[in-house]
Amino acid sequence: MRRERIVNAALAVLLLGFPLWAYWAGEPFLITLATRAAILALAGVGLNLALGTGGLVSLGHAAFFGAGGYAMGVLAWHAQMYAPMNIAGFEIAGTKSMPVIWLVAVLTGALLASLIGALSLRSSGVYFIMLTLAFGQMAYYFAISWPAYGGEDGLSIYVRNGFPGLNTLDPIQFFLLAYAVLMAVIWFMARLQVSPFGLALAAARQSPARVQAVGIGVFRLRLVAFVISGAITALAGAMFADLNRFISPTMLNWHTSGELIVIVVLGGVARLYGPVAGAILLVTLEHVLGGFSDFWQIWLGLGLLAVVLFARGGLVGALAGRAVAHD
Amino acid sequence: MSLVLLLEQVLNGVQLGVMLFLMAAGLTLIFGVMGLINLAHGSLYMVGAFAAAAVSGLTGSFLLGLAAALAAAAAAGALVEMLVIRRLYARDHLDQVLATFALILIFSEGTRWLFGSFPLFLDVPTWLSGPVALPLGIDYPKYRLAVIAVGLAVAGALAWLIGGTRLGVQIRAGEADREMIAALGVDINRLYTLVFALGAALAGLAGALVGAIQSVQVGMGEPVLILAFVVIVIGGIGSIRGAFVGALLVGLTDTLGRVLLPVIMTHIVGPQSAATVGSAVASMAIYILMALVLLVRPSGLFGRT
Amino acid sequence: MTDTVLQVRNVSKAFGAVQASDGITLDLRPGEIHALIGPNGAGKSTLIAQIAGALRPDAGSVWLSGQDVTALGVAERANLGLARSFQVSAVAMDLTVLQNVVLAACGAQRRVWRFFRAALRDERLIAPARAALARVGLTGEAATIVADLSHGQRRRLELALALVLEPTCFVMDEPLAGLGADGSAEMTALLAGLKAQAPILLVEHDMDAVFALADRISVLVYGKIIATGAPDAIRADSDVRRAYLGDGE
Repeated sequence: MRRERIVNAALAVLLLGFPLWAYWAGEPFLITLATRAAILALAGVGLNLALGTGGLVSLGHAAFFGAGGYAMGVLAWHAQMYAPMNIAGFEIAGTKSMPVIWLVAVLTGALLASLIGALSLRSSGVYFIMLTLAFGQMAYYFAISWPAYGGEDGLSIYVRNGFPGLNTLDPIQFFLLAYAVLMAVIWFMARLQVSPFGLALAAARQSPARVQAVGIGVFRLRLVAFVISGAITALAGAMFADLNRFISPTMLNWHTSGELIVIVVLGGVARLYGPVAGAILLVTLEHVLGGFSDFWQIWLGLGLLAVVLFARGGLVGALAGRAVAHD
Repeated sequence: MSLVLLLEQVLNGVQLGVMLFLMAAGLTLIFGVMGLINLAHGSLYMVGAFAAAAVSGLTGSFLLGLAAALAAAAAAGALVEMLVIRRLYARDHLDQVLATFALILIFSEGTRWLFGSFPLFLDVPTWLSGPVALPLGIDYPKYRLAVIAVGLAVAGALAWLIGGTRLGVQIRAGEADREMIAALGVDINRLYTLVFALGAALAGLAGALVGAIQSVQVGMGEPVLILAFVVIVIGGIGSIRGAFVGALLVGLTDTLGRVLLPVIMTHIVGPQSAATVGSAVASMAIYILMALVLLVRPSGLFGRT
Repeated sequence: MTDTVLQVRNVSKAFGAVQASDGITLDLRPGEIHALIGPNGAGKSTLIAQIAGALRPDAGSVWLSGQDVTALGVAERANLGLARSFQVSAVAMDLTVLQNVVLAACGAQRRVWRFFRAALRDERLIAPARAALARVGLTGEAATIVADLSHGQRRRLELALALVLEPTCFVMDEPLAGLGADGSAEMTALLAGLKAQAPILLVEHDMDAVFALADRISVLVYGKIIATGAPDAIRADSDVRRAYLGDGE
């Protein structure tokens, strides 16, 4: 436990210190890379609740990530076109305000996750994997064939959305905002993991029959976890879209789901800071290997295979040892 | 819409269905016998298509291309099974998902490295090009009809293989009880490699056959993989018969949905937005079908409860 | 009728051609231990599953404290006061002993939907959990990961998990399975003390324990109850001797 705390603190300091150094050294691109890592880590933290704590292998989290992205894209697009939305006869203006966009993203993600979860959580194992994958792809194909918001080409947002009191166009300020959100959500997760809900969710992964037998409905438990998980991933999606100032169906593609799983597993499944380690690792690999070779994903694939076959537990597992203390 | 046009679309749906069956049959066999979820099945489809395009491009023979597709996909399948997949049977689903996802990255980037990013083209041979006249005045492409015939023939052969041969007995035993086949004195490693290679060959065949209709490019296997998963969920995991029925259902629903829904939508939302709403709903039709089947029969049409 | 805690009425369940439960009727009265015995394959586990709610019967009904619970699931029946223990320990292996029992307390007190406060700092959950551990003699193992417990300790944890639910009835599936002589004696003593709290439907293979503990015994053979009665009557019953006890089990 104590070793894991040291590893966690080191990861938090590394993710904060690197862009601060880059700011001092005048390397805004590196700040953007760190922002990317922080936002992907946030998405991973969301997925980790379902995948790690809950043991629900979701191959459909791209749907939530993309839903958050589109929540940002649609709201900001209406604001930049000065064209209000028309929903059931009500005119609703778009917005360029991040807090509002985040709220809408979280609600959208939660709603979508409750629908997909309600349909998929009745099954388990391979069925669950295939169902989340299929419903996730449904969102992807829907985004492609719905032309109002760019269809296959996606939407560009010309100016990054605003946050009260901050200049989000300044890379370091936007990074600090993303970092603060990440840390707040990790703090929430730390509380959640030791709460009755977190305890029941972890127990349901290991012995669902027992959890039922003590009077706790496993389906409802998992559904709530899935909804929280989807909402957090959607929040990350909205921030990711804001980072790129662009949103397209690619965010919804199942490859994105795969990458989120890679982030969680490389870092350490069910570890609080696992997704942070995984996201830093993936963004670094992307940047470093991508600089060497156009075909860097071959090396990513080979590395991933090696980790799965020979080095289970991920980075945090390798550094901090067994998940729960013995004392 | 005329009846002839509708019947043509039904044939297109059947053609998509039999191709999906080739994919889904392998996936469902591999899951049924070895308990493995293989995301890289679409990569084997791609390997088949590229092998066919390369060999028929070099030799000018479509049939040699098909043979190459079968051989290359089966060989790739056997190799991957022996090097990687074999180590995953005892692992949980998360490890299987991750490792086979890694295989996709390796296959896709490897193919891009070998063949470049531009699509290849596989030409329909002259003896199969052009339309054929069917009853009711339908002119249907000869090649697509041949694809349907090949698909149905393979389905029949597969039914015979599993129902009437020694290998089939072993496969069915393997689905029921893994320890039993070991007790029967079957070399389980060889059986697993064989089943995996068989599934791979079917995927490769599908890739080659479809490659002559669409273009041959990196990532072509993934949309088909997703559809094959939908087929398996509908049909029931592990059931070949379920895969066949599910594949035809999905093929017909997808094809007819894309044609009919925009027409139907004209009456509901009016002609201006019919095309948009229709195509958006059509893109989701098979998933809605899947959700409905699931609500009625949670383990699929032919699944074991 | 009103003084039965648990009642099984005409329950039938078939798996293909196998009739696992064939019109079973039995009840559990306050303050008693009702033992269910029968040879392997008699359908005991199937019956337990139907009582607990994991399996739905083809026909017949299950009643808990005068309420028809046939349509309810496992969790709902647990909330109505049915505590079951498992033949093979089903517990969260990576959690500590205390965490497992606190989880049961969360279920019993309907305190699951709390997301911020640490479960192990909530005295309302900890106190009953520690009390249950003390009763089964596991106080010293509270912080041990379940995977590191001995078999006998796991059987006692199984009991603590049922205890903390403060149920109106216990349904126990072979609580003595795999225990040595000392462990069996300890567990038998624990069970004997338990029936004052709530009646027990006890499935058990250990005949010494069954005849020592039970107030009534029902004998299940091929999905049918062939006899129900006091231990002495069952011992004397010729059908039972022929079908079961005579086999020397």
